[in-house]
Amino acid sequence: MSIVTQSYPKTNLRRARSVFYRGFSLLALALVAGPAIWLVAGVVVEAVPHWQWSVLTTLSQGTSGGLENALLGTLVLMAGVLVLAGGVGVLTGIYLSELVRPRRNGAPGGGVLRIAVDVLSGFPSIVLGYVGYVALCVGLHWGYSLLAALIILSLMVVPYIAKSTESALRQVPTNYREGAEALGMPVGYALRRVVIKSALPGIVTGLLIALAVAGGETAPLLYTAGASNNLPTFAFLHQPISYLTYYVWTDYNQPTPQAHYVSYDAALILIVLVLLLLVSARLIVARTQRHAESTR
Amino acid sequence: MSDGDRALPATSALADPTRSSLRTRRVGLRHAVEERLWRGGGRVASWIPIAGLSLVLVVLFVKAWPAIRLNGLGYFSGSQWLPGNTYAPAVRTHGVLHPLGASYGAWPLVWGTIETSVIAVVIAVPLSIGTALALTERLPRWLAQPLGFLVEILAGIPSVIIGLWGVLVLGPFLSHHVYPYVANNLPDVWGLRYFKGSVGYGEGLLTSGLVLALMIVPIIAATTRDLFLQVPALPKEGAEALGMTDAEVTRRVTIPWVRSGIIGATVLGLGRALGETMAVAMVSGSVLGQVAPNIYATMTTIAATIVSQLDSAATDATGFAISNLAESGLILAAMSIVVNVAARAIVRRSSRLAAPVGRA
Repeated sequence: MSIVTQSYPKTNLRRARSVFYRGFSLLALALVAGPAIWLVAGVVVEAVPHWQWSVLTTLSQGTSGGLENALLGTLVLMAGVLVLAGGVGVLTGIYLSELVRPRRNGAPGGGVLRIAVDVLSGFPSIVLGYVGYVALCVGLHWGYSLLAALIILSLMVVPYIAKSTESALRQVPTNYREGAEALGMPVGYALRRVVIKSALPGIVTGLLIALAVAGGETAPLLYTAGASNNLPTFAFLHQPISYLTYYVWTDYNQPTPQAHYVSYDAALILIVLVLLLLVSARLIVARTQRHAESTR
Repeated sequence: MSDGDRALPATSALADPTRSSLRTRRVGLRHAVEERLWRGGGRVASWIPIAGLSLVLVVLFVKAWPAIRLNGLGYFSGSQWLPGNTYAPAVRTHGVLHPLGASYGAWPLVWGTIETSVIAVVIAVPLSIGTALALTERLPRWLAQPLGFLVEILAGIPSVIIGLWGVLVLGPFLSHHVYPYVANNLPDVWGLRYFKGSVGYGEGLLTSGLVLALMIVPIIAATTRDLFLQVPALPKEGAEALGMTDAEVTRRVTIPWVRSGIIGATVLGLGRALGETMAVAMVSGSVLGQVAPNIYATMTTIAATIVSQLDSAATDATGFAISNLAESGLILAAMSIVVNVAARAIVRRSSRLAAPVGRA
């Protein structure tokens, strides 16, 4: 080492830079992971000491009471999004990946459709909520309603589902498609039985993450779903529907401790919901990866 | 498989009437119907995003038109947000009905949106690159995997919960233990005066920027991590064989290899920060009509203003308040579209440059 030091006087500087680089990357990770743990732990620590299971089975009274209506409302919204946005998003992804005609130079086609998906995926959610309010709730006289909330929420997550479906389909080896065609399979049949079947875990993972996003959304719902302390009624129009994020947002700055409990309880339930969805998405990915490695 | 092959009627062999029995003909018909269903369904579905987006923009523009006509360019420079007297009879100016004394200017909102997003990006980019490096190059797999999942969880936490934590936990902590220390110990020179003065109660510009940074770090870090994993080993090993330290390999090989991808991810994160609503509405203080005098002061953004003002704007019978919110929403939408299209262009260029071989 001493020889190196003599011939390259910058060695100490380079070594210091190397140490700095290692330290910096670990520090950055700590600065990201630390607040993430702090955040989840902070909600758990606030919510758990006052946690009562009856929260799940009693109706809300605004700033006190339970969250049964909100939990069921969130689940209804998620189910609706799964049907509406799931259907549209998966079909869009399949179309953009498999069916659209590629351009002359081999680049993927569907230019303007793809741009719209990209732009919509970054579109501010509150602007969608505003348009839902003025166009659907007021303009079409739907009032605060399940349908308005579903349409706006779906518009928000469709791009996400479309993109994840498309990337799942792109990971299906071209050999599969060629093999299916060589066997004389009709296009639709090959698509269903070979291509989509192989991409299914990726598609489902994207759907689960999109559901987690939809369940945690607030801004597009505040002025489309309204608020209600009653159980969801499954009426599509004129009936407001409650959801968990609403109680986090309205009760956190109320003066009573009960309101704070409601806020933190709703946050805890949301975190558990999101974790369940993300962990199951993770498990699907891990399982299919193991499967893929074993067949290789 | 070229598109020409795929576009052929795939059932031709099966449905050939000269050779097939009735049964195969029926099977062929079913397959033709199935293909048509896939194509038709896909075509309809993939037009829904663009139709929805166009409708949203049209509604926004129609709603904003009275405000645009009455406010003119003053909307961008004014900083008042006065709904006017809604009890007095409405007056008509330039053909637009509005309450007496209504006066709107969006400069504080626009500037606040830009400020918070820039703070967020400036903090988030180095943190994300460091995190991605630690996850891909420094840590062993058994540690990197759970920590990587933690970052993914952070991406999935609802923004309203991050806002709740930001306003009740992080903000008070910072305003008690961190901000005073910074504000009191910085030298009083021109560039740093922005960091001095009253530190407030933890709701404001810097807290919003920090919370936004925490929200966009997962986006940038996850993309950067995936990009780093795509950098082939050979150039890195070559650089190391030439005697580079790992810091030099990272700085001269790994990061340049995926630079435009990182820039694209950063711009996407910027877009997310511009449009983020709930967390900012909770931690910014949502104070209208004020450009933050120092970095700790309360302020508001376009998104936070829309979410906190739409309720009261709906009580303006002339619709002028709603119209002003639409105009600010239009500005926000324009910002987000510009940013997204730019990110898309950058990412597309990067995917051509950064993936030289082996990606079908």
